[in-house]
Amino acid sequence: MDRRQFLFALAATVPALTLGGKVFAAPASSPRFLLVFLRGGYDANNLLVPYSSDFYYESRPSIALAKPTAGDPKSVRALDANWALAPAVAQTMGPLWDKKQLAFIPFAGTDDLSRSHFETQDNIESGEGSDARNYASGFMGRLSGVLRGVPPIAFTDALPLSFRGTGDVPNVSLKGAGKAVFDDRQSKILASMYEGTSLQAAATDGLQLRQQVAQDLQTEMVAASRGAVNARGFAQQGQRMATLMKDKFRLGFVDVGGWDTHVNQGGADGQLANNLDNLSQGLAAFADGLGDAEWNNTVVVVVSEFGRTFRENGNKGTDHGHGTTYWVLGGKVNGGHIAGSQVAVNAGSLLQNRDYPVLNNYRDVLGGLMKRMYGLSDADVGTVFPAAKPRDLQLV
Amino acid sequence: MRSFLSACLATLLCLPAAAMAADKPLSQEDVAWLDRVTFGADSATVASYRDLGRRRFLQAQLHPKGDGLPQPIATQIAGFDVMKTPADTLLAQVRDQYRDIKDMPDGDAKQEARKALQKQGNQYAQQAQAAELLRAVYDENQLREQMVWFWLNHFSVFQNKGRVRWLVADYAQNTIRPHALGKFRDLVMATLKSPAMLEYLDNAQNARDKINENYARELMELHTLGVNSGYSQADVQSLARVLTGVGVNFDGQPRKLRPDMRQYYVQEGVFEFNPNRHDFSDQVLLGKTIKGGGFDEVEKAVDLIVSQPACATFVSTKLAKYFVSDNPPPSLIAAMAKTFRRSDGDIAEVMDTMLTSKEFIASLGKRYKDPTQFLVSTMRLAYDGKPVENPRPLVNWINQLGQAPFGRITPDGWPTVDSEWSSSGQIAKRFEIARAIGSGANHLFDLDEAGTRSIGGFPQLTTPTYYATIEPTLGPKTRNALSQATSQQEWNTFLLSSPEFNYR
Repeated sequence: MDRRQFLFALAATVPALTLGGKVFAAPASSPRFLLVFLRGGYDANNLLVPYSSDFYYESRPSIALAKPTAGDPKSVRALDANWALAPAVAQTMGPLWDKKQLAFIPFAGTDDLSRSHFETQDNIESGEGSDARNYASGFMGRLSGVLRGVPPIAFTDALPLSFRGTGDVPNVSLKGAGKAVFDDRQSKILASMYEGTSLQAAATDGLQLRQQVAQDLQTEMVAASRGAVNARGFAQQGQRMATLMKDKFRLGFVDVGGWDTHVNQGGADGQLANNLDNLSQGLAAFADGLGDAEWNNTVVVVVSEFGRTFRENGNKGTDHGHGTTYWVLGGKVNGGHIAGSQVAVNAGSLLQNRDYPVLNNYRDVLGGLMKRMYGLSDADVGTVFPAAKPRDLQLV
Repeated sequence: MRSFLSACLATLLCLPAAAMAADKPLSQEDVAWLDRVTFGADSATVASYRDLGRRRFLQAQLHPKGDGLPQPIATQIAGFDVMKTPADTLLAQVRDQYRDIKDMPDGDAKQEARKALQKQGNQYAQQAQAAELLRAVYDENQLREQMVWFWLNHFSVFQNKGRVRWLVADYAQNTIRPHALGKFRDLVMATLKSPAMLEYLDNAQNARDKINENYARELMELHTLGVNSGYSQADVQSLARVLTGVGVNFDGQPRKLRPDMRQYYVQEGVFEFNPNRHDFSDQVLLGKTIKGGGFDEVEKAVDLIVSQPACATFVSTKLAKYFVSDNPPPSLIAAMAKTFRRSDGDIAEVMDTMLTSKEFIASLGKRYKDPTQFLVSTMRLAYDGKPVENPRPLVNWINQLGQAPFGRITPDGWPTVDSEWSSSGQIAKRFEIARAIGSGANHLFDLDEAGTRSIGGFPQLTTPTYYATIEPTLGPKTRNALSQATSQQEWNTFLLSSPEFNYR
């Protein structure tokens, strides 16, 4: 589809926001982008299931998900002849797939082969080639730098590596946000102590953002109390992210932990299914919270540092693997299909007889996606993902 | 004499002058040094430093003799439920409760019993968190307490996994603290045998033909060698096989062992090495063959790993990153690693090398305090040894600041880079905690559970220690901010929020 069709959101009157001394009147037409990072290496093989592969069922005697069976809510939901969706997300993500607002990219990831969570997460967030090991800045931060006027925010306790490096990016955890405790006079005095220090912008923004968020969430909570918003875990965060990203922020990051399932990860039920359910409810709540018009101008990408071993281990869990599956969601996403390069799933196609190979490098794929979303020049893409070879999977 | 003293105590104002006149004033470097070697100066530390001088003060800190807790705090910690019961008794109780719950018919009562058990576990974990914070604030062995924090973070476990919540108090007190300034190898072996670690990183599940490589990987990557130090995926799998059978005897039952296997069985408290679950085949690890055997294999593997030059460098680098700077000078790391190798991994000696180096002195005053350092130093300044009645606010605050002990979900521990703690959201939160402490709007001095009887009030920060340590360092912007305070509470809040107080 044409990029200009994508950029069609209605102009809204939104109060200007001052952060880091810059005034942001949120540009009403620029697309929103939310990156969701699943930390711990989620088991993509039990989310996007290669149900036509006998090898899948041989490799996972106790944790494989049942083939599609009419009337069995614990069986997978077929998406095409080869791939199916885990039952844990079928209710929340199935409708988005049907509306072609959701696509999956299997065999995705990085060329970092350490199989270390921390090394690979840092590698991905930095957005540089695997040999670079330059963790001074992250690709979201550099994207924010080239976009200008697309206010960024991280919904995290700490500022993630993804957003480091290009100026000040505010962060706020949505797990428990209450009233702001300082009035304007106190905020000004507190900030004044940091004038001229390297923490000047962070101190000023932090105080202001706390007040803003407290106000917005107060309004949201009043508005939400008449509906039945599921307040559990990430679902509540999804709702709150929508509240904040609807008007003020358009480039977001959030992470969700707890995916390192070495033991008893479960099948249709159990810890992985619970995590997937929680995640997908948050994503659905985010889409709902934005409303159709704004969802049409939004792209969400879900990534993780790596996938897991294709075979289950001795403890009905899985160990660290390599290739994983990314999700791409949004109102105008060209979804409803499995995207990117693929290979038949069998013993011969595994990397090191262990896990999925990476056929879709995240730098190339995300670089191509961002180029299309924002109309970035090659030079800009090169800034965000140095020396990447952007691949256009035509997902927007 | 007596009347002079009481007159002085009655008017706080004469104390700073008297103290300063009686003692040699501290230099800016002394103050900065003390702020780094301890969690933050209080009057007892300053007095001890004046008395002993830097060299003897440091030696006393590197080689602490027993507990340095004031009696009321020692009594308070000893009174926690989790401290009254040894870990194996506690686990036996939990095991029985699990079994009883399993035997209950499905329904509300079963749900309630399950919830009650989890609630008890969470309370025990909170008591463990409170104990660590109280020790950090009050124990005179300040360097050891920082080392305990450091090693708890280096060998991080997450309380919300499995039975770990019942085990963290024991883990801190009996696994980490005794070895915090001892030999690194002993520390690795202690964590390797600790039920908290075995449960958290799944080695309790690792058995012959049921290999789980989680702990083996993190033992090399996070605990000893560091990623990209030369070990391979094959080494991870070999080490995982060496570690088969290393687990916990949670059910308390004696193992049924073939006669030829009995010699291999090892049990120490809850820890066990179960030869029935062990892979006895030879393994090649880091280029060396580990002959098939019993727990001996594990000892040999750990000896091999900790004697790698990469281990000395990795551990030294991590220590320097915590105590010196985000990017410690290579010369310093080389000197520390040399000491590590020469002294067979003696942590106190490595620390001595670091703390007496010119690189350490050059780094003073430039580190942004992490949340624990901020919270503990705030308490040490604000209450100066006065024992709190209720430690729960401390636990709440460290949770809000995002650095709870035993609260890191991943085994890499909390980051130590300055920028990880100085984002906008974190700074604002820190100001709010400064207000809660500085204004006295907290429950630290509640005398009853309901908080209806309190002997609280806001702290007086203008103590002799303040005048000897902090006041001289304040810049014009902070002085200007303090002059705008409309109450003592607000003045406290601004001081505790100031850049000068937040760097060390």
